[in-house]
Amino acid sequence: MITITDIHKHFDRQEVLHGIGASFDAGKTNLIIGRSGSGKTVLLRCIVGLLTPDQGEVLYDGRDIHHLAGDEATRLRQEMGMLFQGAALFDSMDVLHNVLFPLEMFSSKTYREQLQRARFCLERVGLTGAEGKMPSELSGGMQKRAAIARAIALEPRYLFCDEPNSGLDPISSRIIDGLISDITHEYGITTIVNTHDMGSVRGIGEQVLFIHEGRAEWTGTGDTIEQTESPHLREFLDHV
Amino acid sequence: MLYKSLHSLGNYLLLMRRTFTRPQRGRIFWQQFVREFYQLGFNSLFIVILMSFFIGALLCVQIKINIWSPWMPRFTIGYAMREVILLEFASSIICIILAGKVGSNIASEIGTMRVTQQIDALDVMGVNSANYILLPKIVAMVSAIPLLVTFSIAAGFVGAYVVCWAGGFLSMSDLTYGLQYSYDNWHLWSGYVKALVFAFIIASVSGYFGYTVQGGSIEVGRAGTNAVVVSSVLILFTDLLLTNLLMT
Ligand SMILES: Nc1ncnc2c1ncn2[C@@H]1O[C@H](COP(=O)(O)OP(=O)(O)O)[C@@H](O)[C@H]1O
Ligand SMILES: [Mg+2]
Repeated sequence: MITITDIHKHFDRQEVLHGIGASFDAGKTNLIIGRSGSGKTVLLRCIVGLLTPDQGEVLYDGRDIHHLAGDEATRLRQEMGMLFQGAALFDSMDVLHNVLFPLEMFSSKTYREQLQRARFCLERVGLTGAEGKMPSELSGGMQKRAAIARAIALEPRYLFCDEPNSGLDPISSRIIDGLISDITHEYGITTIVNTHDMGSVRGIGEQVLFIHEGRAEWTGTGDTIEQTESPHLREFLDHV
Repeated sequence: MLYKSLHSLGNYLLLMRRTFTRPQRGRIFWQQFVREFYQLGFNSLFIVILMSFFIGALLCVQIKINIWSPWMPRFTIGYAMREVILLEFASSIICIILAGKVGSNIASEIGTMRVTQQIDALDVMGVNSANYILLPKIVAMVSAIPLLVTFSIAAGFVGAYVVCWAGGFLSMSDLTYGLQYSYDNWHLWSGYVKALVFAFIIASVSGYFGYTVQGGSIEVGRAGTNAVVVSSVLILFTDLLLTNLLMT
């Protein structure tokens, strides 16, 4: 479980997050939704520690990621996997070596076992035949799937996805959503997904946090969202 | 302007502190090192040899035509040419050429990794991205430079011999005598010392510009240009300092 309390973040003079609190359960897909520019990416980057919030704390099962000693932070990071908006595959390596990278870097397994694990992850996302391809030779959907394989290579306890469906057609989007949801339930991962795709909300939105201009406006489950009384969420739903 | 420069200097030093730590996986570091040595060092060999050959030849021609007068001994041509190559060309000028080739390459490669979030991906995994990306490049560049300087000196001398032989305005023995005349080993070594410092400047400064890119492809392009300009200026400035330090 991940708990955040009163997260504030500003850039220059612009305050982007005005005190957001929420908790994200293990074994569930937790969605953060909102319009473009509402602060979803900034919030997620604060949660994973790529940005330091001005105020507030982020607890991973009680561990405050922004105040951990160096080696404890590195250990926590090995329990985290992240899928970036542009997939962020290492473009100097083929698909297999992208997935092998976190294993080679951190795992104490033998090379054979690492290779086995990498192949298993690729099979899990349906990319068995693409092992030797370079990232630039893959379609957008395949890049996202390879990035998911890399994110789960070290069997993470926490998974983060920033707009996993951006730039994908509806069918590929549902495949990626399905993968994220299945993996979350199979391994009991605490998953947080940023999205503005209503298809995802209806499909995999077990817990939804709606943010509007840097404030948490509504939380609930995906199936109760249509009954909302929040005017901003109403407006958001009516336009997508 | 001054504030901005000091701010950048501070950030540069912080980045270097993160870069110079023990690699998390030695084997991965050596793999990267070999790749960078090939890409940054070996791939620069051809341009270094080509340029040095022509500069060696041109120096002889210029000195003969424009500087030399009949009252000077003929071997001064070889002597002057050797000093120019050893003292400045093979170290400073070659490094400025490399700042253009290698510096822009490093800055745009790392800058692209930044804007495509590959560096963020490393950081999220718990990899020290500065150490993983920059250290192999810096170490490779510094270890490749003595090789490049050696080839530059050799190619410069070959150029001189070829032009004297083909142009026929200086006998081989006069040239050889000039090249050996009043030879001071320290002039050779100081060139190597300077080149090591310059190689470090090229790799680390270009790495800094790439690593700190914010934005998109336009900013990556700008980082490439800035890397070349700033490292060239720094090389010339340090050259002045080092020359005063090493030669007096
Ligand atoms: N590095 C940054 N520097 C300055 N402003 C930023 C930065 N990152 C995001 N912002 C601003 O924060 C706001 C929220 O952005 P973001 O979190 O990316 O929105 P989204 O919900 O679409 O992911 C935007 O107005 C954006 O301009
Ligand atoms: Mg976003």
